[in-house]
Amino acid sequence: MTLNTAWFLLLAFMLAGYAVLDGFDLGIGSIHLLLGRDRAERARLIDSIGPVWNGNEVWLLGVGGALVAAFPNLYAASFSGFYLALMLVLWLLLLRGIGIEFRHQIHHALWEDFWDVVFSIASVLLALLFGVALANVLRGVPFEAGGDFRGTFTVLLNPFSILGGVLGVATLAMHGACWAALKTDGPLQARARRTASTLWWVSLALLAAMVAASFAVRPDFTRNFTIYGWPIAIPLLTIAAMGGVRAYAGRDDLRAFLFSCGYVAGILASVAAGLYPTLLPAAPGSAAPGLDIYNAAAPRSSLLYALVIYLFGLTIVIAYLVHVYRVWRGKTRPVYE
Amino acid sequence: MNDATIAARWQFAFTIMFHYLFPVLTMGLGVLIAVLKTIELRTGNTAYGAAARFWARIFAITFATGVVTGIPMEFQFGTNWARFSRYAGPAVGQTLFMEGVFAFFAESSFLGVFLFGEKRVGPRAHWFSAVMVAFGAVLSGFFIVATNAWMQHPVGYRVVGDRVELTSLWALLTNPYVRWQYPHVISGSLVTASMVMAGTGAFYLLLRRHEEAGRIFVRVGVIAGAIFSATSLFPTGAFHGEMLTRTQPAKVAAMEGLFKTQAGAPLAIIGMPDRERQELTDPIVVPGLISFLAYGSFDARVTGLNDIPPDLHPPIEIVYYAYHIMVGLGTIFIAIMGTAVFFLWRRTLFERRGVLWILMLSAPFPYIANEAGWVVAEVGRQPWTVYGLQRVSEASSLNVTAGMTYFTLFGFMGLYLVLGLLYLLLFARIVNQGPRDPLAPALDGPAGTGGHA
Repeated sequence: MTLNTAWFLLLAFMLAGYAVLDGFDLGIGSIHLLLGRDRAERARLIDSIGPVWNGNEVWLLGVGGALVAAFPNLYAASFSGFYLALMLVLWLLLLRGIGIEFRHQIHHALWEDFWDVVFSIASVLLALLFGVALANVLRGVPFEAGGDFRGTFTVLLNPFSILGGVLGVATLAMHGACWAALKTDGPLQARARRTASTLWWVSLALLAAMVAASFAVRPDFTRNFTIYGWPIAIPLLTIAAMGGVRAYAGRDDLRAFLFSCGYVAGILASVAAGLYPTLLPAAPGSAAPGLDIYNAAAPRSSLLYALVIYLFGLTIVIAYLVHVYRVWRGKTRPVYE
Repeated sequence: MNDATIAARWQFAFTIMFHYLFPVLTMGLGVLIAVLKTIELRTGNTAYGAAARFWARIFAITFATGVVTGIPMEFQFGTNWARFSRYAGPAVGQTLFMEGVFAFFAESSFLGVFLFGEKRVGPRAHWFSAVMVAFGAVLSGFFIVATNAWMQHPVGYRVVGDRVELTSLWALLTNPYVRWQYPHVISGSLVTASMVMAGTGAFYLLLRRHEEAGRIFVRVGVIAGAIFSATSLFPTGAFHGEMLTRTQPAKVAAMEGLFKTQAGAPLAIIGMPDRERQELTDPIVVPGLISFLAYGSFDARVTGLNDIPPDLHPPIEIVYYAYHIMVGLGTIFIAIMGTAVFFLWRRTLFERRGVLWILMLSAPFPYIANEAGWVVAEVGRQPWTVYGLQRVSEASSLNVTAGMTYFTLFGFMGLYLVLGLLYLLLFARIVNQGPRDPLAPALDGPAGTGGHA
């Protein structure tokens, strides 16, 4: 395995880690107003992610840092190309972050209601934008001669990417509902379980539509699966994880949540398996070829240094993760207004 | 330099200067909170525990604001400075990545435990989480300063084709430039946290409210403030300045307003640079002092702006004033903190209302001094993005127009205005409520579960 391939795998792993971890707190945000019927329930939902959401978001920063170090050309082209969309992401991350952190600073009805709405809207839009982004990566972008592209909203918003966005919202909302079912009890838990099973069907239907649309948009998407054979196991495992969510929903919330993690990670892994070795394909008619793990990569020395940092750093990160989720294991206590 | 590059510079300058207002407090405050927790653990004095809990609340809102304004910084290298990222990413990407995996994870994982888990984990583990939060914050500062140091003084690289290739990660991390720049930055941050803590304590003592906590804040703040305002000047400031003279003569000439190369170069205490006449207007100078500070001899020759090609001059006035504001304030801080420590030693500080007033009113000024210091570093590096290798005009994104950047700049301005007001509101509210009774039980469970004020 070459260094470039190793970095492709590590990047995919980090992205999947981000989607799984920040995914459930984005999901909580998306269904926040739906699930939390009163201020006390909404406070409890926020409490369930309160001590962990920030660490979850750090995975996104890790992805950003890894991109600069390992695939600087991809970082440069995609961040400048997706300029406005990315700035929107930054603003939404900002609003969502202060929504969570400032909400409990003042115990006042209007203050709490305001931040609940900010938190929820920002979370839905972020889940949507991440879905749109992933769909556009799959679809390819119109590269210009210099190796840049201009991802205006007219380019980025198309039926395929919007379908991806809605799939993102539904999937993360289901994922968040599984987390809520795990961390709460009583009527809130019952509602979370019902929401999760409804969203399960929605996500499954949208995923089927997305797969069908992918064949139309990128006919070559199955290439890796037919050439190598074994990668087909990834989408199959993803479907199996989806089945696991169904099987344990309402009975064993921990297993249901873990399968949901597998499902979210599986979708990203399937996209990665289909794309390899491409990172950002060129849309038809582009003046320059797309970016792949070779033409986007940093020099060998950087890949090697960053790999050592990665393996060393990730060991520590996993230890932190285990520690933090152990400290906060169990149900989140109810809040009494 | 085209309009898009100028817009990108405005956006970066605005977002970074606003962002730094928060980490400049949290880096130092994390350390001071860890000190308070250590005193509590060793002496069993619960008043120090209550003091730590109070500052943890300030830390929490400051940290949150620092995080949400910090993410745009990492992203802007790609959005607005794509050519810089392509060119220098193989080098600066390493430190940015290390900040994420080594510092941010430590900080964010233990912050939740520190803020809400005091009862859940027990006193030793809680103390440990405070230490880890401080460690993460200070480590995060290291990787960012190391990134900046590489842009100021690139090391451990070679240029291959149209970009740099990192030849030694160790050289990047042990850049001679970072050796004094980093302690200087941390020292400045500790001055900020100390003076905010002392100022808050002085506020309580003047009002005769929460006096026990007020005395702790003033004592810890004044002692730490005296130590670190001194270390900001010497050794960190002095040796960092010496490094600058060797590596960036244009920056130093602009800082000092030194238009002509001369032996026995004087240090201007005040004076206004006049670029047309190539001199300082109404200067008050100490003869030979720059030569001494830079080379240890009062008649050493120091390069002036006249021996540097004009297209390599940084904007002289900005660098000159920023440097003088930083040094002037730093000197005043030493005087204030020295005086306060003297009265603390004489055991009369808590009754001296005049000194308490000065302590309270001086709390905002370290922010200005720290920001001014970074203006010297960054504006003084112009016209380079990577010193000697890549100019700012060659670093911006080609596919992002000035119109797009001004749109987002104004968006940031609006959002940050609201964010800044909310932060001040919450800060004032926490200070107004004051620390809780030291004997009150610790908070348990996350945010909403009794954490309400």
